Amino acid sequence: MNRAKSSQWLQQWIFVGPSTLFFVIIIVIPFILGMYYSFTEWNGVANQAKWVGLDNFYHILWDDDKFRTAFWFTIRFTVIGVVAANVLGFLLAYFLTKPLKTKNVLRTIFFMPNVIGGLLLGFIWQFIFVKGFAAIGESTDWSFFNLSWLGDEITAFWGIVIVFIWQTAGYLMVIYISSLTNVPRDMLEAAEIDGASRMQILRLIILPLIIPAVTVCLFLAISWSFKMFDLNLSLTKGGPFGSTESVALNIYNEAFVNNRYGLGTAKALIFFIIVALVTSLQVRLTKSREVEA
Amino acid sequence: METSKRYRFGTWTTELVMILVALLFLVPFYFLFVNSVKSFGDLLTDSAAWPQTFVWSNYARAWSITRFPEALWNSLVVTVVSNLLLVLISSMAAYRMVRHPTRYNRVLFSLFVAAMVIPFQSVMIPLVKVVSTLDLMNSIGGLVICYLGFGAPMSIFLFHGFVKGVPVEVEEAATVDGCTPYGVFFRIVYPLMLPMMVTVIILNTLWIWNDYLLPSLVLQKAELRTIPIATYAFFGQYTKQWDLALPALVLGILPVIVFFLAMQKYIIQGIMAGSVKG
Repeated sequence: MNRAKSSQWLQQWIFVGPSTLFFVIIIVIPFILGMYYSFTEWNGVANQAKWVGLDNFYHILWDDDKFRTAFWFTIRFTVIGVVAANVLGFLLAYFLTKPLKTKNVLRTIFFMPNVIGGLLLGFIWQFIFVKGFAAIGESTDWSFFNLSWLGDEITAFWGIVIVFIWQTAGYLMVIYISSLTNVPRDMLEAAEIDGASRMQILRLIILPLIIPAVTVCLFLAISWSFKMFDLNLSLTKGGPFGSTESVALNIYNEAFVNNRYGLGTAKALIFFIIVALVTSLQVRLTKSREVEA
Repeated sequence: METSKRYRFGTWTTELVMILVALLFLVPFYFLFVNSVKSFGDLLTDSAAWPQTFVWSNYARAWSITRFPEALWNSLVVTVVSNLLLVLISSMAAYRMVRHPTRYNRVLFSLFVAAMVIPFQSVMIPLVKVVSTLDLMNSIGGLVICYLGFGAPMSIFLFHGFVKGVPVEVEEAATVDGCTPYGVFFRIVYPLMLPMMVTVIILNTLWIWNDYLLPSLVLQKAELRTIPIATYAFFGQYTKQWDLALPALVLGILPVIVFFLAMQKYIIQGIMAGSVKG
């Protein structure tokens, strides 16, 4: 009996131990430390962090214009980016589940931007916006291309939106394709025989059946756009005038550029709460609309 | 007859429109490649045109300035080692949690799942302190440990869902035949998990290979740079020198594009399987 027990104990440690250890060191401890530091005036170097109570949170909520700008940027960006990327991803999936000869090649092409990391994508697009668009503008004379894309607050915003959509639509497309191919064929045929139009079939049969995929895709797109960092850093560095600084980039700058680690961790805590709230709210909302086939 | 004709026409139009959209999607790649082989002057005067002469020496210069082989090697080591260890430890943990759902294990599993919502930015500041206290700064091994911690929740979650679908009878039969618990896992369960392993490896590879922020915090020495950090450092130094920057970018994206084209089928499947709703 005792031997069986110690064998179980050993197995528990061997199987679960390593993951738990790394998880605790890399996520749990920093997360708890972060909560503590968010109430201090820590500069990242000193061993002793001075306790300041709620000062950091007070400062962030009332006096920090840059944080507010970053927050507002992230919200606007999330709403537009998430909707546009999902609509495009769904449309690509919808047409690429039709019997097209080139559909496999097309799927590959649409997915390709996603395998390249955000940082390199940002640099590639920096060139497109600065030089490529200028070249197209010169030969076509469209004023759309002749704007100073990354130098202006409004166009820089849309520039990042364009790159985000280009990068993520293909990934969402893959998920929508897998969901669309699971829609029962006999149901679609029955509806067609009953004389339903294409739009009716799409709206009344296909959309309700793929809501689980919508839940996943919205969740992914929301968390990507909320946590956006690489694209902003390499494309605009948050400029011009901090207008494209995301919350993630703002937290980074506060801690590692301004060396205000305490303030940075307070922002990070607020950020965590907002991300957790928004994503769980969204999952709950879309899940309540799911139906069985 | 009439309907089938219209149907074909419709399909044909769809195909044509989709091909045009795909070409539009490829325009950035065209610009990137075409200008990476132009001289600086040509690149400035007309960046949309096909190069008149191919200046391949741009690549040679970018290759040595970014210390490309070194960065490629570092990226490879980090990605491969992290993936192998991550698959091993998280499949083991998930298996044990499914087969022995004690209260302790259930709580632990919920903790792992809950941690998936924590954004990286919410832990990165104290993480730097923890990593330097443990003397893991500026070491590839330290970076791998970070990936094991950050990768564990998602990987365990995916394996957990998979193991639940594996019938326990096979394992019982193996135990009756005299297999040890470790034997059951490594000889019976491990091979069965292969499809989920492919998924986990693909999702983790795309993430780890392309990650910039974490390695930039952990690795400060130039000789330890991975491809994203090497690219970023390069851009800090050679802003606006596009004749060097573009070849560097092509070199940087080439490995992952080749990987993608070779593993395409598995990548698409992996993403479909990984998107099981949570």
